This record gives sequence, structure tokens and C-alpha cells, in this order.
Amino acid sequence: MKTQLIKKDIYWTGVIDWSVRNFHGHTYTTGRGTTYNSYLILDERIALVDTVYGPFASELIENIRAVCDPARIDYIIANHVETDHSGALPAVLKLCPKAKVVGTQKCREGLYKHYYCDMDFQVVKTGDTINLGKKTLTFIEAPMIHWPDSMFTYCPEEKLLMPNDAFGQHYADAKRFDDEVPEGILMDEAVKYYANILWPLGALILKKIEELRKMDLYIDMIAPSHGIIWRRDPGKIVNAYVSWAKQETIPRVVVVYETMWGATERMARLMVKGLMDAGVDAGLFDVNRADRTEIVKEMLGAKAFMFGSSTHDNDMLPNIAGFLEALKGLKPKNRMACAFGSFGWGGGAVSNIENIIAGSGIEISQPAFACKYMPDKEETVRCYEFGRAFGEKVLSG
Amino acid sequence: MQKYRCQVCNYVYDPVLGDPDGNIKPGTPFDKLPDNWVCPLCGAGKEEFEKV
Repeated sequence: MKTQLIKKDIYWTGVIDWSVRNFHGHTYTTGRGTTYNSYLILDERIALVDTVYGPFASELIENIRAVCDPARIDYIIANHVETDHSGALPAVLKLCPKAKVVGTQKCREGLYKHYYCDMDFQVVKTGDTINLGKKTLTFIEAPMIHWPDSMFTYCPEEKLLMPNDAFGQHYADAKRFDDEVPEGILMDEAVKYYANILWPLGALILKKIEELRKMDLYIDMIAPSHGIIWRRDPGKIVNAYVSWAKQETIPRVVVVYETMWGATERMARLMVKGLMDAGVDAGLFDVNRADRTEIVKEMLGAKAFMFGSSTHDNDMLPNIAGFLEALKGLKPKNRMACAFGSFGWGGGAVSNIENIIAGSGIEISQPAFACKYMPDKEETVRCYEFGRAFGEKVLSG
Repeated sequence: MQKYRCQVCNYVYDPVLGDPDGNIKPGTPFDKLPDNWVCPLCGAGKEEFEKV
């Protein structure tokens, strides 16, 4: 089976990338691989919606051939410039002499800056449609969800939304639909995807979902460009996006630390005991042992964060520094945080952590706690109390 | 004149240049932009902008 019918005369012609473990450079770990979804619509005129990552071009072409001769394709809809969806486009175009590429003006410019080849390109704007015969395609510009060129394609006759990278997950599976895979894994990957890719764009996402609601689109299937297709209850993922975009959280504290000789780690473990005794949900992550993108996933729904580091060269350790820089770019809102860590002489880690927290727009809800070398008996109690007091603040705030 | 930066995509509104594609003439200060003006790069509203 190369392709799969997802709607009447609409085929999934994408490819499954079972083995990829680091996505776009080393910014996202894909422990479950991913898929590059492409959809072929057969009608009086034939349209291909998105292609796949370049190294998989021949597999995409094979999949198209299993449905129809690529030379018959009239339109290739390019919802998004990014190379995991457009990489195969130049190869496919060679086999589609009459195909027009359809996308936003920014997509046109972006594709040229990627591939430097001339394409017969039709620029579309929100509300523009293409008539395929029995079916039509309507386009909705979606700038910065998640690139300036991004666009959604909607087929009203089939109640099908193809929103490209929105509502996706990096999840390779032989199955294509949400009702065929374990829901827990699916939502876990959807959370991770939103947290690592879309978190800073919440304000635009809320506006876009509002716009879609005003357009009165009837949608019974959402077919993203990565992962599993939503058909059982597409409203569920849309509502989840609304909640994440509004930065809704639960009383949970994610503690992230880096330690040299174990003192900061000991402090962190004592603080988590305090959090637990305060009755707040908590998770503890060593930034050197846990995966960064998994920690970010854990943070999306958490009300509060604690960051710890030993002092080294009068500053925090380099890997927690990198982690905090990455977190800054995700622009978390409505969160509480505090810092802690060990030092030997001059210190510096906790104050610099506080500077980054403040610069990220996160509220410092408790002054930092620093401890010289290993915590003594009294400091051990203070670590526990530090966690407990913060936990109580999180529960009440 | 004061420049403003879009916090979503980093586009900088320079009043000297205006936004000709959005029909904003060169020399238009940020606070004189119409309320419905959006970032020409990403579509974010004026409230997403901060002083450079």
C-alpha cells in the first residue's frame, strides 16, 4: 500500500520518515520519527497539496504514480516554503509540465530563494478559490503560523482542512488517523509539537482560529502536514490549541537544573520534596540528562518553573544557560519562577538566572536561594522550605 | 523618529520608510498608523510592537 484514500477521491501520498531523530538541525528531537504528508485530489482538474522533504522525492513520485500519471496534475498547492514540504517540489515539477504552483506571495518569494528555479506560480490570498470541477479549494493565509508564507487549504465539499504545519505532530506510524492510534501518544506528540514550535505564536493562533470560526467553515477532518490526521473529533485539537494559545496552565512546577558535583542536584531534590508536600504537582529534570524539547513539552501546561545551577566562572553552567536562552524565545506568559543553586566563593549563577527570567517576562515570585558548597543540616531544611513555600505560592496564585 | 519592532517576527517599522505596500506613506509615525494596520511580515497587530 503506497497511498491511502482519506476522502472521496483524495489520497494521502505522503511518506513516513521512520528514522529521523533530530528535526530541523538539532532543534527538535523526533523520538517517534515523523511523516511528511502530501495529498492528491482527483477531479476534472488534479491538485497535489504540498510535497515532501527532498530526500523522499522519489517515494512521493511513486506514490503519485500509484494514483495517476503526474503529468496530469494541474495544480500543486504550496502551503508552506519550508523544505520538509517543498524539497521534492522541483523534482515533481519536472514531471508535471502543465502544473501551476499555488501559494502566497511570500511563498513565491521564499521558494525562489530556496530553489532558484522558475515556476508557473499563481499567487492567492485569503478567500481565493480554485475550481477543480466537483470540488473547490479555498485558501486562507496564515502568516507566522508558523512562517510568513504559511497558508491553509480548505475543501468545502469534503469538509477538509489542510492547515500544513498547524495541528501536526512528529509521529511516524503505519496508521493515518487519530482513531487508529493510542490517544495518549498522539496528544503527547501534539503537545510537544505546539510547545516547541508554536508556543511564541499564541496571539496569532487565537486570531486565526477566531477568523476560521467567523468564516463558518464546516470541518470534519483536519489533515496536517506532519503525523496523524484528525477525524474522530477535529474540534478537540482546535480547542487544545485555544487553551495552549491562551497560556492556560495547571498548578504544576517544572524544576530544571544543571549540577557540577551534585550540590545543586541535592538542593533540587529537597525542593521537589517541599513542592510535593505543599500539594503541588512537580517534575524534576537534569538539563544534561533529559531532552530539551521534552522538558519544554512538560513546561507548556505548567504554572511555574524553578531553575537551578552551580556557579562556574562567576555564572551559571553553560547547558542551563543554553536552555534558558531557548526558553526565552518561546515567550512563556502568565508564569511564576524562582532560581536556586550552589556556589563556592563569589557566586553569580542565581542572579544571572534571575536576570534571564526577568528578561523573558516571567515573574520572579520568590527571591533566589543560594548555598555555599554542600547544604548543611540547616540549609537542607531551608531547601525543603524553599520548595514548600514556592509550591504554596503556586497553589494560591 | 522612533522605530518599533514586531515581537512576533522581528520586523522593524521605520517611520522614515513607512509601509508602502500597506499604503502607509514615508514619514508616518508609529502612533499615527491606523488601528487596523498589521505587521506587513507576519500579520500581528499594533499591540505586538515595542519600541526599538
